[in-house]
Formats: sequence, C-alpha cells, structure tokens
Amino acid sequence: MLLAQESGAAALYAGGTELLLAMKSGLLAYDALINVKSIAGLDAVAADDRGVVIGASATHSAVERDALARERLPLLAEVEHSVANARVRNVGTLAGNLCFAEPHSDPATLLLIYEAELDAQGPSASRRIPVGELQTNSYETSLAPDEMVTAVRVPPFPAGMSGAYSKFGRHHRPTLGVAAAVAVEDGRVADVRIAIGCVSPVARRLPRSEDVLRGERVDGLAADAPALREACRLAAEDADAVADLHGEADYKAHLARVFLERTLLRALGRNGSGGDA
Amino acid sequence: MPDGMTEIPVRFTLNGAEAEAAVAPRMPLIDLLRGEFGLTGTKRSCDAQVCGACAVLLDGQPVSSCTLPAFEARGKAVLTVEGLAADERSAPLTEAFVNNAAFQCGFCTPGMLLAAKALLDADPAPSEETIKDALSGNVCRCTGYKKIVEAVEEAAEAMR
Ligand SMILES: Cc1cc2nc3c(=O)[nH]c(=O)nc-3n(C[C@H](O)[C@H](O)[C@H](O)COP(=O)(O)OP(=O)(O)OC[C@H]3O[C@@H](n4cnc5c(N)ncnc54)[C@H](O)[C@@H]3O)c2cc1C
Repeated sequence: MLLAQESGAAALYAGGTELLLAMKSGLLAYDALINVKSIAGLDAVAADDRGVVIGASATHSAVERDALARERLPLLAEVEHSVANARVRNVGTLAGNLCFAEPHSDPATLLLIYEAELDAQGPSASRRIPVGELQTNSYETSLAPDEMVTAVRVPPFPAGMSGAYSKFGRHHRPTLGVAAAVAVEDGRVADVRIAIGCVSPVARRLPRSEDVLRGERVDGLAADAPALREACRLAAEDADAVADLHGEADYKAHLARVFLERTLLRALGRNGSGGDA
Repeated sequence: MPDGMTEIPVRFTLNGAEAEAAVAPRMPLIDLLRGEFGLTGTKRSCDAQVCGACAVLLDGQPVSSCTLPAFEARGKAVLTVEGLAADERSAPLTEAFVNNAAFQCGFCTPGMLLAAKALLDADPAPSEETIKDALSGNVCRCTGYKKIVEAVEEAAEAMR
C-alpha cells in the first residue's frame, strides 16, 4: 500500500546489502525506503503442501541453517552457504537477491532446477511467478512498481532426483553458475534439469542439453561420452554468453562446457545417495 | 531521505552496557560507533561489505557496519573489538593473535578477531577447514592467513 502511494520515490529495503551500496555510490536515489523486515511473519521458513516456503525477510544465513531447508532442500542450503561472505549472508535476504536481478546470482540459477515460484503481492491482488519469469534483464524484473515478493516457494526435487551446483569466479560474485539434477531409473536418465547463470543477463534452463541426455544409459556417461559432450557443447551455445567485467563471451562459453560436464558427473555420482545434495 | 527527516531513536546494548542515540535514517552503524561513541577500533576500508575490516557482531553474528544502517541496532547487542578486548573470556583469543604474530599492520585484526569469536561461540572445536571458511570473508593484505588460522586454532584449544 505504502509502495503504491509513494509511486517511484520509494523502494523496498530488506537487508540493504545491494540497495544501500547502490545508494551510497549514487547509482540509485530514493526519498523513502520501506522496510520489508517490519512486516510481521515474513522471516519464517515453513512447509507447505509442495515444499518449503521461504519468507521475503529470511536471510541467506537463515536458509542455510534452517532444519527444514537442510532436510528437504540440502542443495539449496549448501549453495546458500557459498553466497558472498558471512556478513552479507547474515543481513541479505534470498528474496532481495532475486528481486535485485543482478546477473551474477547463485540462487537465481539454482532455483530454476528446483522449479521454484515467488508469491507477489500488489495493492489489490496477489499472484505466483515462476522463478524463471521474475527476471527480464540485468537489474530488471516483471514485478510491477507497486508489487512486492512476499515468499519464495521451493519444492524439493522429485523422489530419486539428485542435484549438484558449481560456481566459478575470481571476483566477489560468481562468473559462472551451473546447476544440474538427474533422476535415474532402470540404469537410464529418466529426467534431467540443467540451468546456467551469470554468463548472460538472465539465468536460463538449457532444454536442448536436457533432451540429449534424457533416456541415455547412465553407465555410459563417463567424462568423454558422446551424449555428455554433445549436451555440454549445446550448453556453450545456448548459454548466449556475453562479455562483461568477468570476461569475454568465448571464455564464458568454454567455462559453461567444462563446468556443465563436471556438474552433471557430480549430480550422477550423488544419485542413489538418497538426498538432493 | 530528505535532510529534514527526523532522527530515529536507537536503544541497544553496546559492549555489554545500555546505550542510546538518535540517528539519521541513512547513518551507517560504523559512523555511530566511531563518531558518537569514540570506538575507533572498527575500521572502514572497502566500504562495500567485502573486506571485513568494519565487522562487528550484531546479536553474536558478524555484520558489515560500513553499510548496515545504525537504526538496525535497535533492541540488539553490538560487540566491537573494544568490547572483546575487555571481555576476560576472550583473552585467550587476543593473546593467541599476539603469540602467533597473526598481524602486521593490524588494520584487519578487529574484524578477524570478531569473526573468530563468532566462530568459537558456535563451534568450540573447529577444524582447520571450518576456521578458513569462517574467516574467508575477512581480507588481510600483509600477514597472510596461515598465522591467523593458527592463532584461532590455539585460541580454540585454550578456551575449551
Ligand atoms: C560483497 C558481496 C558479495 C556477494 N556475493 C554474492 C554471491 O557470491 N552470490 C550471489 O548470489 N549473490 C552475492 N551477493 C548478492 C547478495 O546475495 C545480495 O546482496 C543480497 O541477497 C540482497 O538481499 P537484500 O535483502 O540485502 O536486498 P536489498 O539490498 O534490501 O534489496 C535489493 C533489491 O531488491 C528489492 N527488494 C528487496 N526485497 C524485495 C521484495 N520482498 N520484493 C520486491 N523487491 C524487493 C529492493 O528494492 C532492491 O532493489 C553479494 C553481495 C555483496 C555485497
């Protein structure tokens, strides 16, 4: 409501780890900040019928330490521990990370393979947004100016699916993030989910790489197996890598190929261990 | 916020004692600590939450005081390196830094000590890996990290 009234002069403030830096450096200016943390109940991590609901005020640290998240979403808990440093994790929120739409985000990539959704609340209506439809470009989202995210809903992987995540970089933020999850049935890849992020403005799933792997025999998927190589080659193409401060497009396409192979092999190696991490 | 915006009253616990202040909405915690309370052990360095020189503990957890607004201390406990130095239970930690020569210029030391304290409070017997992980967000540009890790290992043993 307040957000609607202030139209453009106000911004939502959660942990402020992005917003206040941008304001300090003069990149953004607002007359007023509306504190998401002052809305009661948004800091909870709770169960719903599909999985885990992470409130908009829940920090990365809260997610990484939460017993329910660790049990049902161990890969997310593991990746949350790798975000930034302890101080940023203690203050910055998962929802704030997604809403800032910084291209170099770990959760924005990982949550694509969880097929997570966001609860968005406007002055008169609420809606669910698939996580892949939140970000539209660097620093841009599909949220209306008077809409806020109230929760991130993350279903666990289906039974029998295991996942892995790799990040690579020499800066504070990742240069590349790759997430993969595989379900194996009767020795074959029954289902597979792959996402890549940070190398282009918006993280994405890689359906062509997924299709190549579906149905493949798992015992044939060693490091140089043709299907694995083809999936990784397609990933380098479909990632649509762009040049930025983290490196040239070619370099990132190369990273995509190398890290997808490693990540898939780790996800397969974790298969049968009973957990998603 | 416009300059005329009213100040926010903040009551909090500072190094174990009750404290009170009125802060501008945009004042970062470090300016309150250094400017109003004269606690200059907290260092501003990168000003971007990367280096850890400005780390203080908020309810026991490390935060970057260069960016965290001062009003966020409302109702909470803030511990700075001065509070740690005055706390007898933490003496083995500061002594271990001296014994191991775990600093040269000393600019990162307050943040390192506080990150180490938060770790040891949560895990009295951390592995070398755990220590490295807990300190990985604190940057030292002269000693290198080996002596710092060794100091924390020694402190953990002495404090158990
Ligand atoms: C040094 C450093 C290192 C980092 N490293 C990593 C890394 O390795 N990997 C990674 O993924 N991220 C990294 N980050 C980003 C970090 O995860 C984010 O800074 C943090 O999660 C943002 O959350 P916040 O609550 O502080 O957001 P804020 O700064 O409060 O808000 C960010 C933006 O989102 C908007 N917003 C906040 N909450 C909502 C809401 N509920 N609904 C709608 N809009 C909202 C705000 O208006 C603002 O535009 C790093 C950041 C720093 C400073």
